[in-house]
Amino acid sequence: MSEILVLVEHVDGDVKKVTLELLTLARSLGTPAAVWAGPGYSDAAKARLAEYGAEKIYVAAADEIGDYVAAPKAEVLAHLVTERSPAAVFLAATGEGKEIAGRLAIKTDSGVISDAVGVGEGFVAEQSIFGGGVNVHSRVTKGTPIITVRPNSTAPVAAAAAGAEEKVEVALSDAARAARIVERVVQEKGARPELTEAAIVVSGGRGVGSGENFAIIEKLADALGAAVGASRAATDAGWYPHQFQVGQTGKTVSPQLYIAAGISGAIQHRAGMQTSKTIVVINKDAEAPLFEIADFGVVGDLFQVVPQLTEEVDKRK
Amino acid sequence: MNIVVCVKQVPDTATERKLRSDDKTLDRDAADGVVNELDEYAVEEALRLKEAHGGEVTVLSMGPAKATETIRKALAMGADKAVHLHDDALHGSDALGTSYAISQALKKIGYDLVILGSESTDARTGMLAAMLAERLGAPQLTLASKVEVDGTSIRVERITDYGYDKVEASLPAVVSVVEKINEPRYPSFKGIMAAKKKPVETLGVADAEIAADQVGLANSWSEVVEFAAAPPRAAGTVIKDEGDGGAKAAEFLASKKFI
Repeated sequence: MSEILVLVEHVDGDVKKVTLELLTLARSLGTPAAVWAGPGYSDAAKARLAEYGAEKIYVAAADEIGDYVAAPKAEVLAHLVTERSPAAVFLAATGEGKEIAGRLAIKTDSGVISDAVGVGEGFVAEQSIFGGGVNVHSRVTKGTPIITVRPNSTAPVAAAAAGAEEKVEVALSDAARAARIVERVVQEKGARPELTEAAIVVSGGRGVGSGENFAIIEKLADALGAAVGASRAATDAGWYPHQFQVGQTGKTVSPQLYIAAGISGAIQHRAGMQTSKTIVVINKDAEAPLFEIADFGVVGDLFQVVPQLTEEVDKRK
Repeated sequence: MNIVVCVKQVPDTATERKLRSDDKTLDRDAADGVVNELDEYAVEEALRLKEAHGGEVTVLSMGPAKATETIRKALAMGADKAVHLHDDALHGSDALGTSYAISQALKKIGYDLVILGSESTDARTGMLAAMLAERLGAPQLTLASKVEVDGTSIRVERITDYGYDKVEASLPAVVSVVEKINEPRYPSFKGIMAAKKKPVETLGVADAEIAADQVGLANSWSEVVEFAAAPPRAAGTVIKDEGDGGAKAAEFLASKKFI
């Protein structure tokens, strides 16, 4: 079967969960080949990629690949697309993943599909658009299919493979060195899973009422091993940092379980969480639109319901 | 500083949005057109940079005839002039075709800085700014929550999953913004009146030297195979809290094996 390139997302040398999902997905359609771009490659990373089915691992580990925004990674992938003629290229539908995909599409004169929630035979991609209201199946008709896939679209399944390494040397163009990253600032890095990757997300909205009150949301999240999200009303009010905003102008999440407390559920919010597998809604307003898509809803005061739920979760552990 | 701000007219997210059954493109007549929300932040940032450093703000919008409403709104906020990239040949262009057409228009207009919203509320590909940077060979300063210009150098704070990156480059550059960056102004009555007199130049495919075989639905690099309304989610259980709502929710989570 032909090779499918999977661009590895990694933070501090750790392979992110979404990459394992993409390898699992690629396995159903071809032979997965992981592409590591940037510094931080290690035996541990190699073992992880092989464990999840990477037959081959292309390693472009030059430090400078990590020193500039998006463009160097697109050049590494473009080099491999030209040299190896893969059947397709999969990337995570993260902020940078989409940008790299867009640049790669231009470099290789190939079509690109953004934010797929599934990919089937013939690389037909499924997308959930208009805030989850419409399902679309699309395919690339020119060049190599380039598809970005939303985190949590596939459950990662281990299946050991060779993980044969191949070093890749790419001379970066001047254009790829145009936007230099001079400092990485890490904020709010706690023990919680990353928002877009988390299996469970607990979000708070306008009903939470203040930044201090978000402690209630965080406690439930910690009891469940979940990430914390926030509605736009909460981030606009400054109650919770912007990068945790779930919604149309924030992050799109698709966890196994999404718990929304004090969020009414305007389209702006639903667009960011509607593909969650199970949705639980807690709101004092029985008319809140989010109840329409809830698998389980509690009409009540979140300051009563959420702490009680947290206590019950702790009890059952 | 010559700033070009790209704005897109999108269907109002508060209304029902549809794809056309004939050519599977966005039905732009089915819903009211509004300015893509993140583009308002881009206009605001362009105006603030002009206020701080001088220069001129040009609005660039690609879209059908009715996109002039969106252009007028950006002008009413304070932009100086506008270019409407409008040609039937552009209908149905995908991200590659759109980025190509806009990059050609930008070359025609000239720019020190191109600013746009980080994504549109309809297509939501989040790719256009990166694709413009690629096509123009300009630095990509995307997902910016802060922009500072000093002479010909530019620094931005780029939002990441772990916080932000400080990124620097030289002008000319392409910047996309997130909503954290500012609070867009409302057009004043005076601004709305003034906008009516501001120049709006219309560019067609030939005017912008856009190769016709690189744009439009028939020349797209991808196609919609089929689409359908998402099946409604199965109705769930909604209970009223009688003092045991949290416990009941826990029971539900346990029944689904989450705890």
